[in-house]
Amino acid sequence: MTDQTQATPNASLFEQLGGEAAVNAAVDIFYRKVIADARINTFFFGVDMKQQAAKQKAFLTMAFGGPHHYTGLDMRKGHAKLVALGLNDRHFDIVLDHLGGTLRELGVAEGLVAQVIAIAESTRTDVLGR
Amino acid sequence: MVAIRHEQHRFELAPEQSVLDGLLGNGVAVPHACRTGVCQTCLMRAVEGAPPSAAQKDLRPALILRNYFLACVCHPTEDLTVALPSADANTLPATVRALRPLNDEIMQIALEVHGPWDYRPGQFLNLFKDSVVARSYSIASVPGDDSHIHLHVRRLPEGRMSGWIHGQLTVGATLSVRGPAGDCFYVPGSPEQPLLLIGTGSGLAPLYGIVRDALRQGHAGSIRLFHGSRDPRGLYLTGELRDLAAAYPQFDYVPCVSGAAAPAGHAAGRAHDVALTEQADLKGWRVFLCGHPEMVQQAQMRAYLAGANLADIHADAFTVRSSSS
Repeated sequence: MTDQTQATPNASLFEQLGGEAAVNAAVDIFYRKVIADARINTFFFGVDMKQQAAKQKAFLTMAFGGPHHYTGLDMRKGHAKLVALGLNDRHFDIVLDHLGGTLRELGVAEGLVAQVIAIAESTRTDVLGR
Repeated sequence: MVAIRHEQHRFELAPEQSVLDGLLGNGVAVPHACRTGVCQTCLMRAVEGAPPSAAQKDLRPALILRNYFLACVCHPTEDLTVALPSADANTLPATVRALRPLNDEIMQIALEVHGPWDYRPGQFLNLFKDSVVARSYSIASVPGDDSHIHLHVRRLPEGRMSGWIHGQLTVGATLSVRGPAGDCFYVPGSPEQPLLLIGTGSGLAPLYGIVRDALRQGHAGSIRLFHGSRDPRGLYLTGELRDLAAAYPQFDYVPCVSGAAAPAGHAAGRAHDVALTEQADLKGWRVFLCGHPEMVQQAQMRAYLAGANLADIHADAFTVRSSSS
């Protein structure tokens, strides 16, 4: 079976952000924001926190332009149960807000923030199963 | 459709059916308890075929390499031939050397394990009443301080194991133990790191071991233990813990009572609420949470939000096996 890891899709962005070290710093901030937010945190309850932090790390790696295994189908299947529970555009918007907030807290330049948000935004239709 | 073979049985698993459910449905008496992949009672071995790694979570590397897996969370993608654990899974006979009630509902068992048995206080073991009924219990004893392994068993209504332990088990009886397992134990190397320990009911067992283990290893940082119960009669080892707090200035013990009015010397409220309010900033702390699953889950989240690293939060939920299973 071939290795399905994509060659770093946006190596320049990933490198400018600070690579894996930046992802690790971001997960700590981003995951806390998400589970502290009552508008969306019910979607994160009842799941092993360490497993979930690992998923957040994978998601952020992808959003930062780094190497990842995700396909559109993975995103669809992975979120299907949540969509059935009512996951919608508003929730997705809130998560993107937290992503932006996280990056600004880390002092990332607005131009790079916009690029990360654009990558995350590109997963909306798959995440919401449309 | 995936096929499972066990001794003379051969059957196909229904979609979404775990290996455990398949075996139980075919009349194979596999020991099991929590059904969530935590207690390791349903440990089995694949002698043919490879179990999915999701069914091997938290097993020791030696067991993973030998294709051991947890049947209750095993959803194989290929046919498997399975067997109950063999001798290499570290099951040993153990003799009951003492039985001592710690309060109205909790019994301390002192076990002498026959064979080399290396454990860290706070880890858990699987205790086998017979080849079918087994439960996991956390270890409260400290090698060097205690001559035997100590378990704290809470009597549960209709508890098959706890009822037997409280009512019929006698000193001198021989049982089997398997393990130890789990990562809820004191990690030396950071003697100044503050430790927060929160427990409910018999969740005090691993915490009592961890506190004494830490002190024995010269832990100098703050050690704060909060033990809670609905009423004071649910607490235990209060004298021993107050003595320890008097002897070691770095150790602080707070008994908590949530249901009734808290007597003098007790905090009012649920253990984790009291603890997380008193210790609102947990950046740099190591946190141990043991007992009621809801408490453990909520406290884990709040501890993380309070700044503790996920890797530094040890969550040990004491799940109760439902009597219908």
